[in-house]
Amino acid sequence: MDGAEEPLIRIEGLHYTYQAGTHRAVPALCGIDLTIHAGEYVALLGANGSGKSTLLRHLNALLLPTAGNVWIAGWNTRDATHLRNVRTTVGMVFQVPDSQIVATVVEEDVAFGPENLGIPEDELRQRVDWALSTVRLSELQHRASHLLSAGQKQRLAIAGALAMHPRCLLLDEATAMLDPVGRRQLLETVGHLHQDGMTVVAATHNMAEAALTQRIIVLSEGQLALQGEPRAIFSQIETLRALHLDVPHPTLLARELSARVDGFPADLLTIGELADAVATYLGEPAGAAI
Amino acid sequence: MTAPTTALIQVQRLSHSYLRGTPLETQSLRDVDFEVHSAEVVGVVGPTGSGKSTLLQHLNGLFRPQQGHVYVSGLSLSDPELDIRTIRQRVGLVFQNPEDQLFERYAGDDVAFGPRSLGLPAEGVRKRVRQAMEAVGLPFAYKDRLTVQLSQGQRRRLALAGVLALKPQVLVLDEPTAGLDPQGRRELLRTLAHWPSEDRAIVVASHNMEDIAELCTRVYVLVEGRIVLQGPPRGVFSEGQMLMQNGLSVPAATQAMLLLRQRGYPVSANVLTIEEAATEIERYIHAHGV
Repeated sequence: MDGAEEPLIRIEGLHYTYQAGTHRAVPALCGIDLTIHAGEYVALLGANGSGKSTLLRHLNALLLPTAGNVWIAGWNTRDATHLRNVRTTVGMVFQVPDSQIVATVVEEDVAFGPENLGIPEDELRQRVDWALSTVRLSELQHRASHLLSAGQKQRLAIAGALAMHPRCLLLDEATAMLDPVGRRQLLETVGHLHQDGMTVVAATHNMAEAALTQRIIVLSEGQLALQGEPRAIFSQIETLRALHLDVPHPTLLARELSARVDGFPADLLTIGELADAVATYLGEPAGAAI
Repeated sequence: MTAPTTALIQVQRLSHSYLRGTPLETQSLRDVDFEVHSAEVVGVVGPTGSGKSTLLQHLNGLFRPQQGHVYVSGLSLSDPELDIRTIRQRVGLVFQNPEDQLFERYAGDDVAFGPRSLGLPAEGVRKRVRQAMEAVGLPFAYKDRLTVQLSQGQRRRLALAGVLALKPQVLVLDEPTAGLDPQGRRELLRTLAHWPSEDRAIVVASHNMEDIAELCTRVYVLVEGRIVLQGPPRGVFSEGQMLMQNGLSVPAATQAMLLLRQRGYPVSANVLTIEEAATEIERYIHAHGV
């Protein structure tokens, strides 16, 4: 690679067909080329059935390509001798909280992965403590895992992935089943991890969540349909709707206002940006709102 | 106590504890009063663990009242003579991720399972399957498709059709749009909005406040097993601060207005939709702008 830094995730010509070679073959990915660099925070959007989960499952070798190749930190996922390296580099968190917890006590659940790697006792303890404090569950380390709330269970799942010391986290609609507070806390945890250098790839149907990332990748029928910064992607509302997607509500509100109020910006992503834009129109408020 | 006659469902002073009589006893519902009338879409919101699912599971007799009363079309769930099948036919419960519970090979057979178990003749079953599939926007021809080949949104609507085929009077749904892409969500909401009629109603529990604002005619807010607030969505969401303190949220349009008020702009927070928010901000800018 001529000394250029190897990207964390490199995908070339990826095709995947479920039940390949049978009369019931269903193509799910049809020629994906994609590079994700270490430290990126990427949202993966697409209609149900567009191939998001299939793509994520290729990134930690849960699935192997029907054609094409996937490299994780330079290791080809087809190379069985590097399977462990791939799996420890890329950790995955799924949608349903209850289906990914393996132990009855919180700290044992976090220890499960590294313990199976044969990590020595004192390092294991360190990893578990670090992982639990990162997701802010330290106080619950002795709690029965089934007694956690759904949001806590998802953060426990992240802690389990973190204890493997991954360089990349894959989130497959990890917030879909959470209440508003559970969702916010999970997103804060993910935001902190990203600030500390973690690569994050999050498949989601929540457009406000996608607006928080650095790059949005849109899949449609197993192909890459669009990619770019959130602001550029969410300016294409008609294209997104044709792909069964939408734009964040604050963007919709900004578009509506830009049509009514001269010069109001249409490309806002969050309600914070919206409030700032209103402020530039009106200057600082004169007094209390009450 | 006399059985009420007007309400499709009436819940009176219902309390429920898990692990009753053990040291781990936890009270899930406390003195809950709850009603569902014809043509209503009743929302139930509350943080994880607030008792929503426990309440929903009382409505079709999965739980019998420990304390208090539940009446379905005037029939008391506490009546030992009650044939529970009557209740199950009148109140159709759709769990979270119901598409995970499809079990037949062909889509049509999954919808037909309920009507067949009622002992209906083949032509009657066929008619019910057709009606139910059409009600959820699936072409009748899809009956011959393999369930595994439908998209997630389609499988969810298929699962819903399976419940509708029993011709319930009340449809109870737990997080119906979680995990659906934006278009799948819009289509499902449209289906649901058309379903209530003179003798039918919907109960929906959701963490998605946009769903509640769009769909519901009345909303109950559950916190720690108690009803703390109820009324039309507009009234309930005007209590934004209280909802957010309790781990809930409000629609994005309402959130934007609350943030503007917090920053000192006395706009009205009495909005539910993007359209209403745009109108109010436009009014405010034109009245106070330079």
